[in-house]
Amino acid sequence: MKFTLSWLKDHLDTEASLDAIAEALTRIGLEVEGIADKAAALAPYVVARVLTAEQHPNADRLRVCTVDAGDGRPVQVVCGAPNARAGMTSVFAPPGTYVPGKGITLSVGTIRGVESHGMLCSGAELGIGEDHDGILDLGADAPVGVPYARHAGLDDPVIEINLTPNRPDCTSVRGIARDLAAAGLGVLKRETLPPVRGEGACPVTVALAFEPADRGLCPLFALRLVRGVRNGPSPAWMQARLRAIGLRPINALVDITNYVTFDRGRPLHVFDAAKVHGALTVRRAREGETLLALDGRTHALTDDTVVIADANGPESIAGIMGGQASGCDETTTDVLIESALWDPANIAASGRRLGIITDARYRFERGVDPAFTLPGLDLATRLVLDLCGGTPSQATIAGEVPDSERIVDFPWTEVRRLAGIDLPRIEMKVTLEALGFHVAGTGDRVKVLTPSWRPDIEGKADLVEEIVRIAGLDRIEAKPLPRPAGVGRPLLTPMQKRTRTAKRALAARGLMEAVTWSFIPQADAELFGGGGGDLRLANPIAADLSDMRPSLVPGLLRAAQRNADRGYPDAALFEVGQCFGNDQPEGQSTRAAGVRRGSATLGGAGRHWDGGIEAVDAFDAKADALALLASLGVPTGGLQVTAGGPAWLHPGRSGTLRFGPKTEVGWFGAVHPRTMQALDLKGSLVAFEIVLDALPLPKHRPTKAKPALALSEFQPLSRDFAFVVPRDVAAGDIVKAAQGAERKLVTGVEVFDLYEGPGVPEGAKSVAVAVRLQPVERTLTDAEIEAVSARIVAEVSRRTGATLRM
Amino acid sequence: MTDLDTLERDLLAQVAAAADEAALDAVRVSALGKKGSVSDLLKTLGAMTPEARKTRGPLINGLRDRVQGALADRKAALAEAALEERLASERVDVTLPVREAPEARGRIHPISQVIDEITAIFADMGFSVAEGPDIETDELNFTALNFPPGHPAREMHDTFFLAPDREGKRKVLRTHTSPVQIRTMRAKAPPIRVIIPGRTYRHDSDQTHTPMFHQVEGLVIDTAANIANLKWVLEEFCRAFFEVDAVKMRFRPSFFPFTEPSAEVDIQCSRKGGEIRFGEGTDWLEILGCGMVHPNVLRNCGLDPDAVQGFAFGVGLDRIAMLKYGMPDLRPFFEADVRWLDHYGFRPLDVPSLVGGLTS
Repeated sequence: MKFTLSWLKDHLDTEASLDAIAEALTRIGLEVEGIADKAAALAPYVVARVLTAEQHPNADRLRVCTVDAGDGRPVQVVCGAPNARAGMTSVFAPPGTYVPGKGITLSVGTIRGVESHGMLCSGAELGIGEDHDGILDLGADAPVGVPYARHAGLDDPVIEINLTPNRPDCTSVRGIARDLAAAGLGVLKRETLPPVRGEGACPVTVALAFEPADRGLCPLFALRLVRGVRNGPSPAWMQARLRAIGLRPINALVDITNYVTFDRGRPLHVFDAAKVHGALTVRRAREGETLLALDGRTHALTDDTVVIADANGPESIAGIMGGQASGCDETTTDVLIESALWDPANIAASGRRLGIITDARYRFERGVDPAFTLPGLDLATRLVLDLCGGTPSQATIAGEVPDSERIVDFPWTEVRRLAGIDLPRIEMKVTLEALGFHVAGTGDRVKVLTPSWRPDIEGKADLVEEIVRIAGLDRIEAKPLPRPAGVGRPLLTPMQKRTRTAKRALAARGLMEAVTWSFIPQADAELFGGGGGDLRLANPIAADLSDMRPSLVPGLLRAAQRNADRGYPDAALFEVGQCFGNDQPEGQSTRAAGVRRGSATLGGAGRHWDGGIEAVDAFDAKADALALLASLGVPTGGLQVTAGGPAWLHPGRSGTLRFGPKTEVGWFGAVHPRTMQALDLKGSLVAFEIVLDALPLPKHRPTKAKPALALSEFQPLSRDFAFVVPRDVAAGDIVKAAQGAERKLVTGVEVFDLYEGPGVPEGAKSVAVAVRLQPVERTLTDAEIEAVSARIVAEVSRRTGATLRM
Repeated sequence: MTDLDTLERDLLAQVAAAADEAALDAVRVSALGKKGSVSDLLKTLGAMTPEARKTRGPLINGLRDRVQGALADRKAALAEAALEERLASERVDVTLPVREAPEARGRIHPISQVIDEITAIFADMGFSVAEGPDIETDELNFTALNFPPGHPAREMHDTFFLAPDREGKRKVLRTHTSPVQIRTMRAKAPPIRVIIPGRTYRHDSDQTHTPMFHQVEGLVIDTAANIANLKWVLEEFCRAFFEVDAVKMRFRPSFFPFTEPSAEVDIQCSRKGGEIRFGEGTDWLEILGCGMVHPNVLRNCGLDPDAVQGFAFGVGLDRIAMLKYGMPDLRPFFEADVRWLDHYGFRPLDVPSLVGGLTS
């Protein structure tokens, strides 16, 4: 919302400075976005008379002028304008002046051997016009020595406020003036708008053609004919104000509607009566109807939109924009002025659907003062009569002014309850009344009647806001929020702790935490098990940010490749964040995932004097996944690692982590070559992903004491076995069999060698394990050790078909 | 010179000349072995007269002791020399670099770090952490928060929609963390003190906006919490978060559909030399929005606005991370550029706490 200072002063009697007004506006919630003060920017420019203008001795196109800037000491100026001539008045800028149109600061110069002490200016050089034909020619009687901005009426600062959508009343200059007056910045000028006395009935009748349920679409429609107007340019003062706030003057009739829109927040429409055929009907548009609107576009209408139609069909889109066919131009002699009320939600929806943003829509969708519908029509009529002449008819009125006032039962203590401040009751009452509320009653509870222009006021809290915003929020003193007594209790949930720990644990393994988009390309989503229609955005910001991610991995893989493309091939990245299985809250999971690229192993990336480059492999990803589980304190007793994983992983170089056959908690491995191709990835890439919500939570225990530590007093011993098994037998199965052979004694099984080659049959491999035995009751005899060893060999053979390698 | 003297000189010379342990052992055997020269002499003592033994005994024993001593000394010297030689051969160049530790390479993203900082501060004031889904219903994201359908206030949020479901209802990506306020109030009776950090989405992309960003929201509901308390909480938070002795804040009335009264909060700062410093200067920087929870919102959660009351506030997490740590641009937050993460990220074990300070 923009307005000028002089316009404000039409409504506000004030001595306050521009700065004080701006400060007050922001303080009361009408945040000043900017102030354009041409008078300040153009301060050095003054009206000056050209006394003489002689041909420059050394340049055909230059003139040497003497210029009187009003201080009685004419100066010499070299000027290149073709229209510079003796006796004219123009705009003079002395040395030291900044010239906005040229981006330079003037200095005393010598041009082709002649000194020049300043500059005569064109409108373009001042940044106020487009003309490049020559210097401004202000006419013979322009007052020499007067600041140009004041002379040209440019000394009216333009204030722009950032209006919140709850304040339709402040879409008008008068509304802003009322708020400022309430804040003590002046007095709201009283006004009396005597009703216009029309002659004869309005010859154009209006029908509101709505089903009973639709009455609210147009509660009130008023129309008046003014005959015999002369429509031309509006007066300079009106044009100057409209231009100052960024509107283009059209003609007097149209300018009046725009002026009243900003002056009073009352949008109006004018029809050229000669172009309206028959009676007007206000109704829903019919499917298939179109309207060539004033924006030059033809809009297809639907029955969600309300139109004003004549015998030819729609002439205007209600509350949003008029049609070209019935618009007013210089030939208009009879004008129909419309002042109506529309349903805010319907105007908002129609405007959105049609893609039309107008000052009328802006106001109607926020809520226009219903009580000002008829006074607004009279105000516009009066302006038409004043500026264009003519004879008004009586108004024809369809519908009625809806009752918009509300009564709020208000205990004054509410201000203290919600705002934590004690204000004098009289101050609160004065504030409400200055804002247009009526306060009835004198006790602790009063009845407050809301003004018709404040649809945003619903109840007590709104009144508290009105009181404290005018009083100033800075008057409320901060008071401590009482702290809970005693030492603070733990506040994080186990899952929240787990998420935090996961991040630190993975970072401690040399991975960098990334935060990647929650939405990924559809093709990526499909590749990673997602891409369902319920997770596709209807309005993605870009084609490749279209689907909610089913996994963290695709985003990380692409990020690793981007880093590689930039010359950082060994990225190690992780992310802990949300993934989406469906559009329900339960479909959202929190996961931790990591990728390593190139040679980014735990030990470090790149070449090193102590060893060659080692590309990452599936075991790096497995190590990350298991380290994460260990850091989270997940009891890994029941954890199983099975071969193979999701389709995006290499089928022979991936594994799935699970607790039992149905509880998959994650996967790891080398990225499938097809995934690499689809995502345009190169190099070695491994990844893991753990579904944090799927992990078993630690059991709640009544005591923090750890279980008793049982130490054996007997020496542990270790026996090595080399088993020959077919190549596809899993080492994990050998380990499990060895562990199961003698549960009481075997405390650990380590695979310490893996061999294929000479000495081992084709298609077989040798897996060497060290089995650690921990005697519990006594030291084992050689015979007992032999017996245990035999049982281990037998059990491994039985379960895996292994033979002991000799 | 006696024969003993000659023998002694001869043996000592041999000891001194022994170049290694084997040679030295040969000398020992030749002197002190079963048939060694000194052993032979010692055997003669038994056949001597007591007088002769008296004079010869000490001489022969003395010879034996001195040879033994020489052997031991020589042995020690040889061992010392061998160790010296071994040490010399085992020398390494300790200026060679080691691999950089994973703890030195790994990084925590500034968003995570700032969430941990904020959690530490608010936990001290008794706030726990609440969370909710990113995909929300229109009801929770808007209607329950007092954004009526079709109201222009909804246009303050450029919303991402999902495809309509079978009933024609469109889910949205939450445009703010505020729906978790509703979820919290519907799930738990007051008193409530929570912060709600999380991802949020708006259909907006330019130099200062990304379609995904982060907010942290605060909610206090009890029977007394008011604007004066709200001011205190926010002042304490900003002072602690920016790690300055004092901050000056300015509360401007504003509008949010779910609070009434509502305010936006500016914080005073200096921008000398392109660096933002809080607790000094004359500029104002908008930092958060806040207000008293709107009675309609309380009612929508089944609470009586005359019986309970409270306040809410919302801060842009990315924004305050930028303000505190000086990132000039928002977009790189989500680009996973290892150079950016290395520079702006945090070391894995720098866990923010109040007892140790938020930053080290």
